[in-house]
Amino acid sequence: MRFSAPLSLAVLAAVVTAAFAVEAGEAAREDLNEKDRARVEKVTRPAADFSAAERFERMQAGAATSTKRINADAFSHPSANLEFSDQQRFLLGNGLFRKEWVSAPSSTQASDGLGPFFNARACQSCHFKDGRGHAPTGPGEEAVSLLVRLSVPPTEEEEREILAGFLSSVDEPVYGGQLQDFAVAGLPAEGRVRIDYEEVTVPLNGETVSLREPKVTIENPAYGSLRPDTMLSARVAPPMIGLGLLEAIDQGDILAREDPDDADGNGISGRARWVQDENGELRLGRFGWKGNAATIKQQTADAFSHDMGLSTPLQPDHWGECTAGEGACRTMPHGAQPQFGAEEVPADLLDLVTFYSQNLAVPARRDVDNPAVLAGKKIFYETGCAGCHTPKYVTRRDASRKKALPYRDCRRWNSCSSAPVRRRWQPPLRRIAAATGLPSQPISRFSPTRSKRPGSRAHPSIANSPSLPLKMRSTARLPKWRARW
Amino acid sequence: MKLFMALAAAAFGVSSTYAEEPSAVLDTYADIALAGYEDSLETAQSLKTAVEALVAKPSEESLAAARQAWLIARAPYQQTEAYRFGNAIVDEWEGRVNAWPLDEGLIDYVDASYGAESDTNTFYTVNVIANDHVSVGGETIDASNITPDVIRSLHEVGGIEANVATGYHAIEFLLWGQDLNGTGRGAGNRPYTDFDPANCTGGHCERRAQYLTAAADLLVSDLEEMVANWKEDGEARKALLDGDPNAGLTAILTGLGSLSYGELAGERMKLGLLLNDPEEEHDCFSDNTHNSHFYDVLGIHNVYFGRYERPSGETVEGPSLAALVREKDPALADEMEAKLNATLAAAEALKMRAETVEAYDQMIDEGNAEGNAAVQAVIDGLVDQTRSLERVIAALSLTGVTIEGSDSLDNPDAVFQ
Repeated sequence: MRFSAPLSLAVLAAVVTAAFAVEAGEAAREDLNEKDRARVEKVTRPAADFSAAERFERMQAGAATSTKRINADAFSHPSANLEFSDQQRFLLGNGLFRKEWVSAPSSTQASDGLGPFFNARACQSCHFKDGRGHAPTGPGEEAVSLLVRLSVPPTEEEEREILAGFLSSVDEPVYGGQLQDFAVAGLPAEGRVRIDYEEVTVPLNGETVSLREPKVTIENPAYGSLRPDTMLSARVAPPMIGLGLLEAIDQGDILAREDPDDADGNGISGRARWVQDENGELRLGRFGWKGNAATIKQQTADAFSHDMGLSTPLQPDHWGECTAGEGACRTMPHGAQPQFGAEEVPADLLDLVTFYSQNLAVPARRDVDNPAVLAGKKIFYETGCAGCHTPKYVTRRDASRKKALPYRDCRRWNSCSSAPVRRRWQPPLRRIAAATGLPSQPISRFSPTRSKRPGSRAHPSIANSPSLPLKMRSTARLPKWRARW
Repeated sequence: MKLFMALAAAAFGVSSTYAEEPSAVLDTYADIALAGYEDSLETAQSLKTAVEALVAKPSEESLAAARQAWLIARAPYQQTEAYRFGNAIVDEWEGRVNAWPLDEGLIDYVDASYGAESDTNTFYTVNVIANDHVSVGGETIDASNITPDVIRSLHEVGGIEANVATGYHAIEFLLWGQDLNGTGRGAGNRPYTDFDPANCTGGHCERRAQYLTAAADLLVSDLEEMVANWKEDGEARKALLDGDPNAGLTAILTGLGSLSYGELAGERMKLGLLLNDPEEEHDCFSDNTHNSHFYDVLGIHNVYFGRYERPSGETVEGPSLAALVREKDPALADEMEAKLNATLAAAEALKMRAETVEAYDQMIDEGNAEGNAAVQAVIDGLVDQTRSLERVIAALSLTGVTIEGSDSLDNPDAVFQ
C-alpha cells in the first residue's frame, strides 16, 4: 500500500494514518448512520484486485453518469438523473453558457454589459464543448482559452491572511489579479499573452522524454509596466463535467486526508485550502485550479466578473476586473437594466449557469474490463498516483448520495519537490480524456515515445508535475509533449 | 384552428382501436420514424433540385422557389425531432442537420454590425466563400473546391458549436441572408444576384453557389443515412425492437418529455423570451420559427397517438401509446390527451399570429406583452404536458426500467445508491 518506503516505516505510517482517518472520519460524516458509514467505507476502499473491474466502476458518477455515445459531445450531456424540469434549467443554462455577450449599450439589453476588460465573450469560448481549453502552440498564436493570473509576493501580514483564507493572493497593483487581453471599443486591452516553449529533455529509465516548458510573457502592457516582481501563472480553462459531484463531497472526507506535515511519510503533504464563501464564511476551497472558490456559484460569478467583465449579485462591480489605477474603464457604459435587476447578470441568470455547471454529466468509464486498462490502474495505485488523486468518494447524504469517482482531491499539495511551494491543486484526471472538440485519448494511451505534437494540448495538472513526489515522477512517464508550468 | 380540430378528432378516433402490446407500439413508433425521415429526405431532394435550378439560372423566381422548397422541407423534418433524446443514434447525428444558432461569418459575408472579430471564435469571420483556404490550429483546410467533404470538415471547426457549416440552418442562411431587422419586421433579404456570376453581388458568386449545392447534397446524404437506420434491420430500429419493450417505451416517453420541456419550452423558447434576443430564434434568417415550433409540437402528437399524416396525404398509423395508456388508466389518458391538444392549440395560435400579425422575432421583443404571451402559452402547454408524461411513465410502471436499476455484481451498469 505504501510504495518505495522501507517496510517498517510503511507499516508505521499506515498505522498513523489509520488512526487519524478513523478519528477524523467519525467527525467527518455526520450525515451517515453507522450502517451507512460501514457501506461507504467498504465501497470507497482502495482497489486491491486488478484482475477485474470493480463494482460500480463503469457508472463512476452514480446515477448521474451519462451513458450517451462517446464523441465530441461527450462532456455536454446533463446528469442522467435530472427530472424534466431540471433538464429545462440545464438547457437554459446551456444557452447562457454559449451566449456571446456584447458590450453596452446594445439593442439586446438583457445580454449586454461585456467588459470593459474581458478574456472571452462567452463561457463556452474557453470551455470548448464543455471540455478544457488549450495553450497556444507558440508565440504567434493568441491565448484564447488560457488566461494569466497576476500576483506579487505577499508581505508577512498578507501571507498570514492568505493562510487564514481571507486573501487568495496579492494582486498586481494596477493590472489586478488577472490579465484581460481584450477590451471594449475605445479602450486598450491590458496586454497580450505570449507563450514561448523551451524543450527540456528528461531521461527516464533508458528512454528520453522531451517536455516543453512554457515561458509566459506579457506584451504591450497598456497601463504601464507591470511591477517587476509580478508572478505570472497561466491557467487553461478547466473542463466542466462532474463539478456538482465535487461540490457534494463531504468536507470531512477531504479533511480526513489532510496531512500537512507528511506524518505518514509518503512524501505527500496535502493541506486544505480555506477561502471565504459568498457570505464571508470560511469554507473549503474546491474550485478553480488553486481552489479559489468554495462553491460553483462563487466560481461562476468570479468567471463572469474576471473573464467577461459582467456583474452578478456576488460580484456587483459592473467594471469587472478594471482597477482604480486603470482610469477610464470604470466609467464605461455598463449593461445593468433596472427592469432585469441591479446587475448585468441578474440572480436568476447566474443561478441557471450555476445549475448548468453543477450538472454536466461524467461519461461512463469505458473499457473497465480491458486488461490494459486494469494494468494501468494497477500501476496508478502502485506508484502512488492515488495518494493525491483520490479514486473514490461517496457524496453527502443531502446530495442524494451519489458515488463520485473523481480521482481528485480538494487539498493543496506540498510534496518533496524542489519547486517553490505555492498553492497547489489537483484537477481530476478523468476529465482530461474525452471531449475537447478535438481528437483525444485517455491518458493511459499516451506513449512516452510519441513524437511531439505541435498542436497538442497541455494539461496543467499533469504538467504541474512538481506536485508529484520525485519518486513518482520518475515512473509517471509524462507524455513527451506535456508542458510544465 | 381548423387544422387543430381535424387532428384532435383524428387522434381521438384512433386511440382506442387497438388492443395494445408494447412491442406493437414500438413497431408503430419505428414506422412513423421511417416515414418521417423518408418525407424529410424527399423534400430535401426537392430542395436540392430547386437549389440546382437557382444555381443554373439565378432569378427572383428561382430564389423564391428554393426558399419555398426549404420551408416545405422543414415541416416533415421538425416532426421527426420527437425521435431525439430517446434514440442515441439520432442524437449523435442530429447536430449535422439541424445545429443552431450559427455564426454566419464562418460561411459568407456579413453586415458590418456583426463585428469583424470574436476574441474566442477565430473562425467568426472566416468567410469560407471568399477564401480558398481556412487555417485551423496550424493546419490548413483546402477549400478551393467547396465540396460536401470540405463543409463537413468545417462543421464545429475549432470545437466551437456555433461554427455550423452544414444542415438546414446553413442552407437557410445562404438562401435568406442575415435578418438585420432585429426584433423588427422582416426576414433576411439576400438578392438572387448573390448566386449570379454574370451579375454578381456580394462577391464570389460561383463559390457561394458551390457552397449551397454542397450543403444541399450533404443534407440529402445525411437524411439517406437516417432513413436507412429506420428501415427493416436498420440500426435505430434494431436498437429499439431488439431490447426490452419497456425500455423502448421509456425511450419514447423520455424523448417526448425532453423535447417538450428542455429543448423546446426551454432552450428554444424561454431563453429567447428571457433575453429578448432574436439570435435565440430557431429559424432566424427566414422567420420560419413559428412553423418549426409548431411542427415540433405536432411531432410529439404523432408519436403519442401513433399516427402521422404524410405530406402526400397518406397516413401512417398503428397501435399507439395513447391506446396503451387508455387501457391502463382511462382518466390519465384523458388528461394526457387534453394537455397535448391544448399545447397543439397554443402552437397553432402562435403560428396563426406569425402569419397574420407579427413574426416570431417580434413576439419576443421586450415590452411586447401580447407577443410574449403567445410564446409563453406554448411554453406553459409544453411544461404542463410533461407533468402528465411523467404520470404516464409511472402508470406504465416504467420508472425502474432505466439503467440505474439493479446493482448486482454482474450488472456493469449498477450504481451505488
